[in-house]
Amino acid sequence: MVAILFYVFAAVAIGSALGVVLGRTPVGSLLFMVATLASLAGVYVLLEAHFIAAVQIIVYAGAIMVIFLFVIMLLNLGHEYRRDLQGGAAAVLSFIVVGALAGLLARRFQGEGALDVVGGPGGQAIDAALIEHGAVGAIAQPLFTTYVVPFEITGILLLVAIVGALVLAKRNVS
Amino acid sequence: MITPAMVLSAILFVVGTFGVLVRRNAIIMFLCIELQLNAVNLAFVALSRIWGIDGQVFVFFVMTVAAAEAAVGLAIIISIFRHYETVNVDNFNLLKW
Repeated sequence: MVAILFYVFAAVAIGSALGVVLGRTPVGSLLFMVATLASLAGVYVLLEAHFIAAVQIIVYAGAIMVIFLFVIMLLNLGHEYRRDLQGGAAAVLSFIVVGALAGLLARRFQGEGALDVVGGPGGQAIDAALIEHGAVGAIAQPLFTTYVVPFEITGILLLVAIVGALVLAKRNVS
Repeated sequence: MITPAMVLSAILFVVGTFGVLVRRNAIIMFLCIELQLNAVNLAFVALSRIWGIDGQVFVFFVMTVAAAEAAVGLAIIISIFRHYETVNVDNFNLLKW
């Protein structure tokens, strides 16, 4: 059952990722992106990362994609698909780069030294933490103990991003 | 379950890279970068089944950084659009040799 669900979510994710790249209008690409994010959230649930799945839907598909949609509609974009694709040497070069990258990654998954893992101590540790602290507490425990300094720095980063975005998007900064 | 997830992550990363390289609309390039970030997030979550919950904490940080990046990047795109009236990256050649 889990395997079947995984392959359904994976197929939707890959299909809509291709839709993002090949979409003719920015809004269409964005809706495909939301589908990708939602199916990835399904994959996260299958991998027992419930909090990450919820955050994926709320923050990524909810908040970040809405910012993108705001900007696309504010700028009234996207009626020239033909001129949107790289042509000539750039297109050939991108195919070569992507082919090389895909080949390198594919080699990692088959042949000698292939990545073939079934599980490890982390899985049991996460399951125990989920039972003991719940889905949110399991993440909060390391987040507020081991990673408390990066967490505070992330807060500063968000503040800087807010101020920077305001300054950049403001008309006539004088 | 972990290996298929890693394969899915690799496929999504390659698709995202292809999008960044082949499209010229700045906003769609940006969406494809988000796709790459998501592929890496999936790898983190899958590997957290082996190495413990730290992977999921890192996904949390990556999402925060992605949100900050989206806000600043879209602000830059808006201010560029005001100047050039387009978001086609071919027109942004001020820093080209």
